[in-house]
Amino acid sequence: MDALLEPLQYAFLQRALVGGAAIAMMTGLLGVFVVQRGLAFLGDGLAHASFGGIALGALVAYGVGGAGLLAQPLWVALPFTLAAALAIAWVRDRTDLSSDTAIGVFFAVAVALGVLFLSMIPPDANVVDVYHLLFGSILAVGPADLRIILVTAGAIVTLLVLAWGRLAYATFDADLAAADGLPVRLLDYGLFAVAAIAVVVSAQVVGIVLMAAYLVIPAAAARLAARSLVAMSVGAVAIGVTTTLVGLFASYAADVPSGAAIILLQASVFLVAALTARR
Amino acid sequence: MSDAPTVPTSRTEADRPVRDAAVPAALAVTNLRVTRGDALVLDDVSFTLPRERFLAVIGPNGAGKSTLVQALLGLVRPDGGEVRVFDRAPRSEPRRIGYVPQLKTFDRSFPATALELVVSGARGRWPARITATERDAACAALERVGATRLRDRPLARLSGGELQRAFLARALVREPDLVILDEPATGVDFLAEHDLNHLLEGYQRDARATVLMVTHDLAAARHHASDVLVLNRTRIGFGPPERALTRACLEQAYGHVGHDHDLVLP
Repeated sequence: MDALLEPLQYAFLQRALVGGAAIAMMTGLLGVFVVQRGLAFLGDGLAHASFGGIALGALVAYGVGGAGLLAQPLWVALPFTLAAALAIAWVRDRTDLSSDTAIGVFFAVAVALGVLFLSMIPPDANVVDVYHLLFGSILAVGPADLRIILVTAGAIVTLLVLAWGRLAYATFDADLAAADGLPVRLLDYGLFAVAAIAVVVSAQVVGIVLMAAYLVIPAAAARLAARSLVAMSVGAVAIGVTTTLVGLFASYAADVPSGAAIILLQASVFLVAALTARR
Repeated sequence: MSDAPTVPTSRTEADRPVRDAAVPAALAVTNLRVTRGDALVLDDVSFTLPRERFLAVIGPNGAGKSTLVQALLGLVRPDGGEVRVFDRAPRSEPRRIGYVPQLKTFDRSFPATALELVVSGARGRWPARITATERDAACAALERVGATRLRDRPLARLSGGELQRAFLARALVREPDLVILDEPATGVDFLAEHDLNHLLEGYQRDARATVLMVTHDLAAARHHASDVLVLNRTRIGFGPPERALTRACLEQAYGHVGHDHDLVLP
């Protein structure tokens, strides 16, 4: 037992666990709306947009030489990904293109830009660890990162809880919600914006490659067992937090990327839920 | 009986909506025009429906019936003309309208029980927790439509007719002054036409409400409606059933009228 608890003394692991739990609460709540609106591909698109954004942020950080606000790639990645999310929402809203098409285009452009930006940074500059960025790392959560995660996750969870009744109604049926006077379009854009921020903040822990799965699997597993949207939300948060904490711990114990450990755990939960779900 | 078809050749003053200052009409539509992309979906539609009437809207597929409903609900913006609901702009008083949407577009994968569906109608938000008052009101609405036993059933496990009852309860739970139904399907597995019309007439009488029903069912329009609007992009006819459902009107709306259509003519 002591051997199991001993690693908890390490500050980096404590930060990873606290930050991971906050991220899991945020993405669990968000994932319910992503799943019920059929936007699973949005998580992929935004994760890849955030790759472009973080790469640009790293390039800027390299440019300013590690001093000031811009030394933190997040401050460039956030507006970059937010702009991509709002552009996707706008294309969906104003053109006949499906959201998959819109997301697919932004997806490719952002990855291409990201690769371009990273190639402009000398390999020995040490501003961004691409392997950690792609696959997630428990080493990624520094003291400054943890503060950003807690503030962002706190704000987004509060927002989602306050708007829950409206968002859920518009998710159930946009026309019924609009007929009852809800600002359906504002809710759509708001959801995309919140998803963009959540993805950027979570990307370092979970990894960009697995971000979409992280957003979708807890909600999808909860959906299999839940009879109501509120039960699905509670379930998604519970599954997300549990698998994230256990996954981070396993990542430390087995020395594997945290994203892989978390997603494999979540996939097992999903499998169990799928096999035991009532027909 | 059918000697005076109301097919308008030219609009007269008598066709224009009349506003009574004391009791505004339930619905007043004036020269309504709606386009979608390049297509003109509704053109120059005018009618006035006093309160406590039962209006059936009929017309062929693509006639713009659902678009008219969306204009009344404030879901589409008119490109011309004006829509007034209880003498106010659409969406001004959503709580006074109970809307039953077309069920064929509805996504049943949403995790919810019939009770939650009905409470969403009472609250105008999706419910997380349901209060005792809300539960009582929802149960009363479900009972009104004969669906008490469906209360805790997930939407995914309701048949078409059961889902229709739940949606009707959802519309009635807020005790609306105006009930709008967009093509309530009748027939196999759906709410029997007789049941639906009986329920609507009962509610209309008790609540002194106005009903607008888009329907393919000409027999229902003839026997239950106080007024009929025959629509095919523009207003073909409007008036009491015996005046609106004439051969001349229906031929103009549906093209030819033959025995292979379910049209029963006077």
